[in-house]
Amino acid sequence: MNNKYLRDEIIRQSGVDPKKCMKCGKCSAACPAYDEMEYHPHQFVSMVDSGEIIPLLESESLYKCLSCFSCIDRCPRGVEPAKLVEAVRMCAIRRQGRNRMTAENVPEILDSDAPQQLLVSAFRKYSK
Amino acid sequence: MKVSYFPGCTLKNKAKDLDLYACKSAEALGITLEEIEDWQCCGGVFTTGKDEVATKLSSVRALKSAEKREQPLVTVCSACHNVIKQTNHAMKNDREFSDKVNRYMQEDEGYFGNVPVYHYLEMLRDMVGFDLLEKRVLNPFKGKKIAAYYGCLLLRPSSIMDMDDPENPSIMEDFIKALGAEPVIYGMRNECCGGYIGVESPNLAKKSSNAVVANAIAQGAEMIITACPLCKYNLEKNGADIPVTYFTEVLAEALGVKEDTNE
Repeated sequence: MNNKYLRDEIIRQSGVDPKKCMKCGKCSAACPAYDEMEYHPHQFVSMVDSGEIIPLLESESLYKCLSCFSCIDRCPRGVEPAKLVEAVRMCAIRRQGRNRMTAENVPEILDSDAPQQLLVSAFRKYSK
Repeated sequence: MKVSYFPGCTLKNKAKDLDLYACKSAEALGITLEEIEDWQCCGGVFTTGKDEVATKLSSVRALKSAEKREQPLVTVCSACHNVIKQTNHAMKNDREFSDKVNRYMQEDEGYFGNVPVYHYLEMLRDMVGFDLLEKRVLNPFKGKKIAAYYGCLLLRPSSIMDMDDPENPSIMEDFIKALGAEPVIYGMRNECCGGYIGVESPNLAKKSSNAVVANAIAQGAEMIITACPLCKYNLEKNGADIPVTYFTEVLAEALGVKEDTNE
């Protein structure tokens, strides 16, 4: 299924041009979350380009990206796949009721040694 | 010399050592870290979405505050540094973004990304100099094998962070040498510890962290140093067999100012 509106929105929000990709796969090779992902970084690039956004929006892969900027730094063509992952994730969590994490979840994930940075970062990634 | 200083949320809570030893050591080296007033949490991670404005305002306010004082802005935490430096870059280079931010802020003068942002390690390298640091060391870590753990946020995205070679960095190794210790080079030093993924996939955080520690130990490390509270937490929580310490703590120890802070 193609969705031109969502495709344009994600490209606009991320500032990424997926057409620059030469499909070398280095982004996925460098990705520390690769094994946990249903759709890998190089697939995000090609699927966004072809407008296959809906499967990405519903995929758990959105929440596995570590924002380590590894794919952004190591892409030989400057495509910056993580920015696409982030843009799709934003489209997902900005919808009403789609927050991945809420304040009610905090007691179950909090341990006494956890730095504030852990919760702050997770909220920024998983909630709007 | 005085510089503006952004400590960040964790340095005032779980990572008090990182903050305390940073300030004491800087003082011993002739630099006063002046904490900016009313700083707000950076948010921990930079959101790359171009239409994300509100999440970047705390960084802009910190930068503006440093600009008013006509000082460079220094940070210690890897995450704060990453968020503030990327925001600064966007304010300088993305006119549409800076227009939105400046209209929202409604201040007399806009901000356009002109404050120099330094990580504390860059401050040591570029303002103090590692050669001078070496001369100031009172308690050298002779023969100690220390592994520098960069993680992701200090180095990447390298085009913006511009701190060091992202695949073969040397700033922390040079720092370790200045303290009289022996730096341990290992492949995983610039790979991710898992970051915030522990709340979502604890196994991924464990796998990532263990790979870093195992690699450092295999190369002979007796200690790992880091600038990031979340890296420290992930490595320790997932069972690091060697101590994981903030780089500011070993600095304070080497400079002989650690004891003053434990009163």
